[in-house]
Amino acid sequence: MSSRDAILGALRQRLDRDADGGKGAEAVAERLSAHRHNLIPQRGQRDRAGRIDLFEDYAAGADATVARVASAGDVPAAVADFLKRHNLPANLVRAPDAELDAIPWDSQPTLTLEARKAEEPDAVSVTAAFGAVAETGTLVTVSGDDNPTTLNFLPENHIVVLWADRISGDYEAQWSALRARYGDGALPRTVTLVTGPSRSADIEQTLQLGAHGPRRLHIVIVDERPEP
Amino acid sequence: MTALSPARFKEQAAAALKDAPLQRALGNMRVGFIEKRRKAAEKLPEFEDLRDQGVAIKNHTLAHLDLYLEAWEKKVVEGGGHVHWARDAEEARQIVLGICRSAEARTVTKGKSMIGEEMHLNPFLEANGIEPVETDLGEYIIQLRHETPSHIIAPAIHVNKEQVADAFREHHTGLPPDRPLDEGPDLLAEARTQLRDRFIAADVGITGANFLVAETGSSIIVTNEGNGDLTQTLPRVHIVLASLEKVVPTLEDATTLMRLLARSATGQEMSVYTTVSTGPRRDGDPDGPEEYHVVLLDNGRSALYGTEFQEVFRCIRCGACLNHCPVYGAIGGHAYGTVYPGPIGKVLSPALMGIDKAGALPNASSFCGRCEEVCPMRIPLPKLMRHWREAEFSGKHNPAPVRWGLGLWAWAVRRPALYRFGARFAIAGMAFLGRKRGHLRSLPLAGGWTAHRNLPAPQGGVFHDLWRKQRKRR
Repeated sequence: MSSRDAILGALRQRLDRDADGGKGAEAVAERLSAHRHNLIPQRGQRDRAGRIDLFEDYAAGADATVARVASAGDVPAAVADFLKRHNLPANLVRAPDAELDAIPWDSQPTLTLEARKAEEPDAVSVTAAFGAVAETGTLVTVSGDDNPTTLNFLPENHIVVLWADRISGDYEAQWSALRARYGDGALPRTVTLVTGPSRSADIEQTLQLGAHGPRRLHIVIVDERPEP
Repeated sequence: MTALSPARFKEQAAAALKDAPLQRALGNMRVGFIEKRRKAAEKLPEFEDLRDQGVAIKNHTLAHLDLYLEAWEKKVVEGGGHVHWARDAEEARQIVLGICRSAEARTVTKGKSMIGEEMHLNPFLEANGIEPVETDLGEYIIQLRHETPSHIIAPAIHVNKEQVADAFREHHTGLPPDRPLDEGPDLLAEARTQLRDRFIAADVGITGANFLVAETGSSIIVTNEGNGDLTQTLPRVHIVLASLEKVVPTLEDATTLMRLLARSATGQEMSVYTTVSTGPRRDGDPDGPEEYHVVLLDNGRSALYGTEFQEVFRCIRCGACLNHCPVYGAIGGHAYGTVYPGPIGKVLSPALMGIDKAGALPNASSFCGRCEEVCPMRIPLPKLMRHWREAEFSGKHNPAPVRWGLGLWAWAVRRPALYRFGARFAIAGMAFLGRKRGHLRSLPLAGGWTAHRNLPAPQGGVFHDLWRKQRKRR
């Protein structure tokens, strides 16, 4: 007998599966397709302006920095500000994301951007978030040809462009949005929920930022998303 | 160093109490976790209701575990991944070795995995010529020190920073002797630099899984450092180590458990990175592994389904029971001599190793109940420890003097008149002996207690008499 059959057989016997007349299988199929919501905390259930404020509060509470701009045209200046503030190099690596393509990067002539995955020793990356969750100040990022995963983790500084209309109150809205884009029961290779920059408290329980991932996470919230 | 073992729990605990550096390190824990968890729970008014829902989700899943595992496996395979079922640790080790061999792996990076510890994977890989590199900072430190984790979420909690510096100086060749390693940031920067090269050179990345999602065939890891993500993104092959009970039905169900996990563990609203991984690299993906494997370990678990111990499989490994346990706080994790220390270990270890080997652990509790109070999954840990004590007694695994003493006590307590007479007599005797000081410095058969503190002399008679007096007064 294969180990698979042995383990499943033992479970079936212990859980008395044959006696349930197929009721168990029905319950499982129903649960898997219904995507039923469990209790959702009230905290994130606000109007658009309230959600943006709440997201900003919790992201800052998790040691991210946040800048808010009116439109895509303001993003390059916000990025340049961040680089200047931390004395960082102006050559960036960015995600080959269509919405980032549409940003007028040339408006800041000092910036040079390469659209590709991250490699050592890239210092600063720019990516676009799929969405965000106000409840905990969490970004939702997805992998794909337009947003390589390495951009989220290798460089010491990570800048994320977030369209304000993609901030939801809760996680459940993000799962629905992912199902709408990728299909029921399907996901991109990775969905990463990011709450603040990398950290560790493994040495004497003292918190330090920048363990293996970025030391700084800077989020640029853009009020108005350009029409595609 | 003699290998730690639950059979020597008493000696190991006594040694831990006298270990000054360990006691200093444990002091860091006592001030941190408890207060942070309390604040995080208070900040979310729905926290207690979420706990109830978490319990319901897990109970439902465990009652249909065979069906959810099949549904999950089907989705993994559809997405181009591989599932390997392993009955025990040896089978799981051979599966991992086989995957590493076919990838011609020389080095393997590892994210934190308690299942990896349960499999004793690192020494096995080393013996087979494959170098495992732990990448979680705490795990990396203890790997250099040839130790095992002493806490399930803070593996190096027993280590002080001077000891970390010593470990780095010993193992990091090429580290200039004048490089300062006095402060946390120096140590973190040094580890980051060292490990960055290892991430890039690794052929295989091994991570654990906090959850498996049946709906999508995904595995979820939760980390603060980002090491798990680099581990599973950069090498050509990703292996996930998981145990049966990690599966949950849907993303919504995983979400409810995630709302409980970080708050219970570190008091964070969310851990920094929660990554849902589904299969290998897709067409057009510029990065990510080409192969995605999950090794699903039973290791004695399936035999406990349908028994009173099934409740322990609700555990989401947050570590809150360790953080709030007065016994763990006094002796740390190594004294237990098992992979899982603290209250959860006292219930899980006898299940995984046998009560004959781990019998000392469920006995090392005062039943104060704090573990159950803070357990997000409301696992009745004291009750389950009591079940193990009963199993130990009925299986005749306790030492003879303990069995004899318990037997005598049980005989007496079933004869109430005799028991009360004996108790009155003993109390009167103790009150007489302690009449001058108000306490007793020593007492026959109670040396283990009086060696460390004085026993207050009893006052006012036995409980039964006091109770009767109170009732009459009303």
